[in-house]
Amino acid sequence: MRPPESRPKLRHLSALAKIATALSLTGALTACNAIVLHPSGDVAQQQGDLVVASTLLMLLIIVPVMAATAWFAWHYRATNKSAKYDPHWDHSTQLELLIWAAPLLIIICLGALTWVSTHLLDPYRTIGRLDAKTPVAANAKPLEVEVVALDWKWLFIYPEQGIATVNELVVPTNRPLQFKITSANVMNSFYVPAMAGQIYAMPGMETRLHAVMNKAGDSVGFSANYSGAGFSHMRFATHAVADDQFANWVKSVQTGANAGTLDRTVYLQLEKPSEKVPVTRYSAVSPDLYNAIVNMCVQPGKMCASEMMAIDARGGLGKAGIRNVEMLSYDRGGRESVAAANPTAAVQRELAWVRALCAQNPGVVADKSVKAPASMQTLSGAGISEPQAAVSFFARDKEALAAPVSTPAHSSQISRN
Amino acid sequence: MTATVTELKTPLSQPQLQAAFYDLDEHDHPEGGSTMLGFWMYLMSDCLIFAMLFAAYGVLGGNLAAGPGPKDLFDLKLVGVNTAMLLFSSITYGFAMLAMEKNQKGATQAWLLVTAVFGAAFLSIELYEFHHMIGEGAGPWRSGFLTAFFSLVGTHGLHVTFGLIWLFTLVVQVGKKGLVPANKRRLMCLSLFWHFLDVIWIGVFTFVYLMGML
Amino acid sequence: MEAVDHSHWSPLLGRLWWDALPQEPIVLATFVVVALGGVAMVAGLTYFKLWGYLWKEWFTSVDHKKIGIMYCVLGLVMFLRGFADAVMMRIQQSIAFNGSEGYLTAHHYDQVFTAHGVIMIFFVAMPFVTGLMNYVVPLQIGARDVSFPFLNNFSFWMTTAGAVLVMASLFIGEFAQTGWLAYPPLSNLAYSPWVGVDYYIWALQIAGVGTLLSGVNLIATIVKMRAPGMTMMRMPVFTWTALCTNILIVAAFPVLTAVMAMLSLDRYLGFNFFSNDFGGSPMMYVNLIWIWGHPEVYILILPMFGVFSEVTSTFCGKRLFGYSSMVYATLCITILSYLVWLHHFFTMGSGASVNSFFGITTMVISIPTGAKLFNWLFTMYRGRIRFELPMMWTVAFMMTFTIGGMTGVLLAVPPADFVLHNSLFLIAHFHNVIIGGVLFGLFAAINFWWPKAFGFKLNQFWGKVSFWLWVPGFWLAFTPLYILGLMGVTRRMRVFDDPSLQIWFVIAALGAAMIAGGIGAMLVQFAVSIWKREELKDVSGDPWQGRTLEWSTSSPPPEYNFAFTPIVHDIDAWDDMKRCGVERPTAGFRPIHMPKGTGTGIILAGLSTALGFAMIWYIWWLAAVSFLGVIGYSIFHTFNYKRDYHIPVETVEATEAERSRQLAAAGA
Repeated sequence: MRPPESRPKLRHLSALAKIATALSLTGALTACNAIVLHPSGDVAQQQGDLVVASTLLMLLIIVPVMAATAWFAWHYRATNKSAKYDPHWDHSTQLELLIWAAPLLIIICLGALTWVSTHLLDPYRTIGRLDAKTPVAANAKPLEVEVVALDWKWLFIYPEQGIATVNELVVPTNRPLQFKITSANVMNSFYVPAMAGQIYAMPGMETRLHAVMNKAGDSVGFSANYSGAGFSHMRFATHAVADDQFANWVKSVQTGANAGTLDRTVYLQLEKPSEKVPVTRYSAVSPDLYNAIVNMCVQPGKMCASEMMAIDARGGLGKAGIRNVEMLSYDRGGRESVAAANPTAAVQRELAWVRALCAQNPGVVADKSVKAPASMQTLSGAGISEPQAAVSFFARDKEALAAPVSTPAHSSQISRN
Repeated sequence: MTATVTELKTPLSQPQLQAAFYDLDEHDHPEGGSTMLGFWMYLMSDCLIFAMLFAAYGVLGGNLAAGPGPKDLFDLKLVGVNTAMLLFSSITYGFAMLAMEKNQKGATQAWLLVTAVFGAAFLSIELYEFHHMIGEGAGPWRSGFLTAFFSLVGTHGLHVTFGLIWLFTLVVQVGKKGLVPANKRRLMCLSLFWHFLDVIWIGVFTFVYLMGML
Repeated sequence: MEAVDHSHWSPLLGRLWWDALPQEPIVLATFVVVALGGVAMVAGLTYFKLWGYLWKEWFTSVDHKKIGIMYCVLGLVMFLRGFADAVMMRIQQSIAFNGSEGYLTAHHYDQVFTAHGVIMIFFVAMPFVTGLMNYVVPLQIGARDVSFPFLNNFSFWMTTAGAVLVMASLFIGEFAQTGWLAYPPLSNLAYSPWVGVDYYIWALQIAGVGTLLSGVNLIATIVKMRAPGMTMMRMPVFTWTALCTNILIVAAFPVLTAVMAMLSLDRYLGFNFFSNDFGGSPMMYVNLIWIWGHPEVYILILPMFGVFSEVTSTFCGKRLFGYSSMVYATLCITILSYLVWLHHFFTMGSGASVNSFFGITTMVISIPTGAKLFNWLFTMYRGRIRFELPMMWTVAFMMTFTIGGMTGVLLAVPPADFVLHNSLFLIAHFHNVIIGGVLFGLFAAINFWWPKAFGFKLNQFWGKVSFWLWVPGFWLAFTPLYILGLMGVTRRMRVFDDPSLQIWFVIAALGAAMIAGGIGAMLVQFAVSIWKREELKDVSGDPWQGRTLEWSTSSPPPEYNFAFTPIVHDIDAWDDMKRCGVERPTAGFRPIHMPKGTGTGIILAGLSTALGFAMIWYIWWLAAVSFLGVIGYSIFHTFNYKRDYHIPVETVEATEAERSRQLAAAGA
């Protein structure tokens, strides 16, 4: 958390920007609701001010150039015989220095502005102020919202409150907000213009955004990155409300009559492509659902990306892991269909084995770090021990593991050197 | 700045001017004067394709997708033999070029064919390696690592294949037309191509195989 | 969203089946019109017995001038298609309000904007730029052809093959619905299962071969074939920019080739380069495609900087101000264009330091670009400016491009990009530089070099009509998009729910209508000029008081360009010759060594089209046959050792005597 005093540069610029706004043609834009320049959130406001400040800085050189172009074009027209004509004048060291130095100076200023503002307004950085005058209290806890872009709707999970909504984002005003953003399948971009700039939502990954809403009111959010046929309707209402109203809203969702629980089964239904989905609220959410979404393992029996990466970091599963493709398959079909097509006992056993390994080490991801499986010992060089049949999810897995090994698809000594 | 003709003090006569501004005694330009430069540029662009594949290997090489890694799959001895085949083929191509310089048509063709034998051996070993890996289930679809591996090594292999087709074409053309300048130029181009593939292979051997096994 | 089942496959036709034919009424109507037009054209050509002429004089020609003209014709045809797409988008976006879905389904609309981007960049701007360089560069450096004349013909036909595939997608199957850069995972087989993305891949891959080879060809030409005395620092600025452009092509297009190959391996063989699962990385695609994509925009704009330099100095009757600083600025841009690709995705979540590094490198490019602008400005200073059409376009460019450059630098500030990325502000920005820079440059170039290519000037009245419709039309079409961007409206939207936006889209549509008028006026200009070519005739070969060598020869130039290779003593070589009063030699000619035409280029490109089509539709037997055909025919071609001939001295003498007669008649 940084006090607002450490942003003098931006503050001055925003003052400058305000004066300019009043004077320049951007004033005309206020008439047409230029929300990018007049948002309700402090982060977006600083970004909007930066747009204006950079423009003004560049106009310092653009305006004279355009004026000179018009003037020279008029004055040196062929019909104006009184204008001086010097067909051999093609070089002037002073002028050449000037024409390189003038843009250079502007770019030095703009570059400095860029460096500072990019760091201060880094979406991954927690915000240091609620607005130009109010620093964030040292003990303030941001409201965390987990955002999932689905085909073609948005899912918002409030982990602290244990609720979730579809196509509706409700946030309290003047409280720091922390968004964790991912996508179920293709790239999208999470953008609420009134609140803060956008950030991509990407499958199997998590991006972050920190922001605040200063003014109560309704606005709209959407995907700013084309994601397929239903993209145009991928919009959600955003309501910024006072703290107490937010608490009321949370309570109403938690006790909502028709609001069900968002668990894995419900999510897998929700995940299927659909358009113009009405606002839906869920009074409860499976606590590990978001992590499972980020790690592409909501479907039962999938290996989580975090587990896969932890295994990879230790050198993979060797040849023994070659056939565990169904549990990794996410884009194409999914494992159940593939497993059904290969019903041999050996394959079933193989699957059950890796599935059990996954169940043995439920990878719960915290923060950005890739978390390793719970028990490191099994991966620590001596080889991966066989999972116990008892930890398996499915009855048929237990049977498969208990069945006699006909082919040594993987031996009990999977050497990792 | 060199002085332009206009800045000369004494005015020139029209024939003098014409001689100054036009090449009045021009001869045919030697054929194929830009070929080596053009081919070199093509090779550099090809090099960029390999650079992309190396970059992809750098990005995806560690993504085993809970599957096998280099140590589980690579057989360094086999790859060593394979590398030797390709290096020998480069040496024998060098002998072909020496023979060409001495205008020994038969020797050139013979050395080219020896090169082809080594090249074919290289390809066969590579195909065996691929076949073996795919047979085990470690095909390119298994993981990011295998995708990048098969693409990089496979693209090199495809280049060698085309090199071989080109080589046989040239053996026939040298047989038909002899060591005429056009054929010499083509042999030079193939020589560049063949050694280029050698250099790429050394990169593959080092970054993929050796560093994967170490 | 109704799911269409396209799972049919047969050995003979692959997945090509009745469902591939046009289903939507708009496409069906277009298909009928195009089919009738095509039949009429074929019938006309047959009736007037023009096939032999076209085949012998044009299709199989290796003359750089004819190939250059063919490139421009291709660009013009595709421009009309790409503009039709633009009009469709403008209409859709101006009516799809208040619950209206407009007149385009998502499936159709998403193809339209993808095709618009792909066509305008790959099959309009690229052919025009390549065609222009092809036509002008050898003339400017005093050469008789390019280094590899056959490759030149082959390159053209490969570009055309790509265009044919894109056009085929309109009527057979579908085009990609991914946006013009086809980001995965959306472009992966799992999310785009039918033929659209495959059309995209093969069109770009086949056209890319042509572009790359033409790049190699022109670099070799410029490096190896300059007239004696033309040192690097005496090259015309257009040639300099062409050199840098082709260096960019050779250093950027292999990246595109590699990326497209990776995407096809993912789609065809289940590789995992860009998949979500199995350790693939969609982010790698975005990085790689922009490592090609950013240099690509400089590939388009650099030659236009060259055009503006030539036009400015010619019509100001003055040497270009700061020649060497112009050259160094071009070189700076060439190198810097490789260091900025990440600015296309600041919003992907790279760290602040990475983002600001790429933001600042982007801004740094504006320094040499600014220097260039000043150079043109000071060329006008103390000049005597003749406002012919090329100069009008140049001034329009200077006024328009400056604004586009400014908004570009603005977008390079990462926090500003966070609020403007992917918005209509971005769309307005790049149309501002591509229309204001590349297209205005092309119009300047067409008006400038047309008399050289055809021997008569373009009609000025219709040119001015076109100009005055185009320039205000451009601002009318794109200023609303800047404003909409600041209102937080994103790109690629098909329907809108905020009715207050509609007025801006209607204004933009009116702008598009004005532009349509501008394009129409330009076509009229061409028609009227061809009709009245005798009145507009120029026998001097130098209608603008040109300064570089292309103006020293006749218009159109003879097949051999120069009867005697000129010797260069100064930057503006032809101006230098005129000032010294050197007369054209009229005797002492020799036979001239020239390359022979060949049908190999068109045959190989035809086979490649078949290969691409077969791969798109999974017609494996045809793919195998056409692939073997490409290899086999290439080998067959190398057995032809006689690829050149001499123009007999009598022909040269007769041609030059005819020119002397015309000059004398004009002088009399």
